[in-house]
Amino acid sequence: MQNNTFYNEVLTDHNLHPIHKHHLEDANFSLEGVNPSCGDDIILNLKVEDGRIVDGAYEGDGCAISQASADMMLDLVIGKSKEEAEHLADIFLRMIKGSITEDEKEELEEASILSDVSHMPARVKCAVLGWHTMQEMLEEV
Amino acid sequence: MTEKDQLIRKEFPILKNRNVIYLDNAATSQKPPCVIEAADQYYRMYNANPLRGLYALSVDATDAYENARKTVADFIGAARPEEIVFTRNASESLNLIAYSYARTFLKEGDEIICTIAEHHSNMLPWQQAAKVTGAKLTYLYCEKDGTLTPQMLEDIITERTKLVAVTQISNVFGRLNDIKGFAKVAHDHGAVLVADGAQSVPHVPVDVQDLDCDFLAFSGHKMFAPMGIGALYAKYDLLEKMPPFLYGGEMIEYVTTEGATYAEVPHKFEAGTVNVGGAVGLAEAIRFMQRFGWDLITKREEELTVYAMEKMKQYPYVHVIGSEDPKEHHGIITFKLDGVHPHDIAAIFDAHGIAVRAGHHCAQPLMKYLGTLSTTRASLAFYNNKEDIDAFVETLMQIRKEMGYAE
Repeated sequence: MQNNTFYNEVLTDHNLHPIHKHHLEDANFSLEGVNPSCGDDIILNLKVEDGRIVDGAYEGDGCAISQASADMMLDLVIGKSKEEAEHLADIFLRMIKGSITEDEKEELEEASILSDVSHMPARVKCAVLGWHTMQEMLEEV
Repeated sequence: MTEKDQLIRKEFPILKNRNVIYLDNAATSQKPPCVIEAADQYYRMYNANPLRGLYALSVDATDAYENARKTVADFIGAARPEEIVFTRNASESLNLIAYSYARTFLKEGDEIICTIAEHHSNMLPWQQAAKVTGAKLTYLYCEKDGTLTPQMLEDIITERTKLVAVTQISNVFGRLNDIKGFAKVAHDHGAVLVADGAQSVPHVPVDVQDLDCDFLAFSGHKMFAPMGIGALYAKYDLLEKMPPFLYGGEMIEYVTTEGATYAEVPHKFEAGTVNVGGAVGLAEAIRFMQRFGWDLITKREEELTVYAMEKMKQYPYVHVIGSEDPKEHHGIITFKLDGVHPHDIAAIFDAHGIAVRAGHHCAQPLMKYLGTLSTTRASLAFYNNKEDIDAFVETLMQIRKEMGYAE
């Protein structure tokens, strides 16, 4: 049987072996994001110093898309300023809506593999859960 | 496919038109052409506002509607057609009981019992009725495999209990509950028994007089009928003493600026212009089922459930919720697959052209009780066949590999 789903190796690897899925002892920002309809549930923890995300992690349960998306997001934003992270969130959310340039897509690095979600309305909420949670959190920074 | 399989498949063109293996029948069933045509024919030949018009066309529409009511009454063994109230679906039927019966006849200090295995539709109306009346809502917990017995109700029912709500077939476990036994316990303690028939009426013969339930709610769309038509069965004397549910047209006898007298049962519960096309479609769906017969329908569904569960048992990573005996499942197979979230499971099935349900199945309190967030469910109808099950199991056994596991 051929693998004709979009669960490619990058995605499944981030899901099965996440780099950033752990507790973050010295986080100074923490927010829970939930998709009530499907039960995806993540707690995003960031350590922000002088407007820069110096560390980040997440905990929780959910489908592979929600978990891998959060993991790839943290890969991207750790080390970035608040403004840079917000810029990336804006691009990512536009990618999921299907309106993004090729240059912008490159900025998202691995996270760009989720662009196909724009054709899967049922999974949009899963893909954006981590990003929405981070956006909401950064408003408080 | 056997000859019989092909014959049945012909009745469900959508399966071929969309090339889909449809295993979400507990959510809704597909519709045969005879049902679609019956509704179509009603609108082409008989449509008028029924029950009121003083001309031949309206009389025809009224006849179509009332004949449909009689077909439904006979199908579930009601004593008389007036015991059938047409609604939109099982949810509306259950709400009708909660609004009209429970909110009128229950008071502070009374008690409602519903099982933890109920669909939200047979739980939230009681939560709300309890809040409004001050009655207490108590949950009857099933065993972790879904077992519910009348003795378990006997153990918690009190003389304050006025209403007991139990599903006849759980949409998660697929187990057939002993409604007759529950009704007896409820009646012995002066309570009425509400049965949710949404999953049972489409899949097993139901005789409300034998069950002696006071209310039975079900939907047309899960039994090959159009969406938007359902029914409430209630014993006639209960309907007589219940106040209307919705107020307005078609449900009155005489109206003044001060008030009104209400139409006879069942019309007093059917405010506004009714869904005749839907009712005609439901009646045709019942005749469709009768043409095939319960023997064939129940036998096929049971054989396929046995076939599917035997195959699933060979695969150590899959765990079926509920009884180990396929005969206790009535075509409903809810399961977990180690290490893979149900939404990913459903997405991979979808990519292979197979429709299954993932999530909490509108039974969140039950999922919490079972210690899980969500599960995946395959649910069968008699138009499914062994090829469907083979494709389902073959895909199921690939999912972990697609998700990056070695096996």
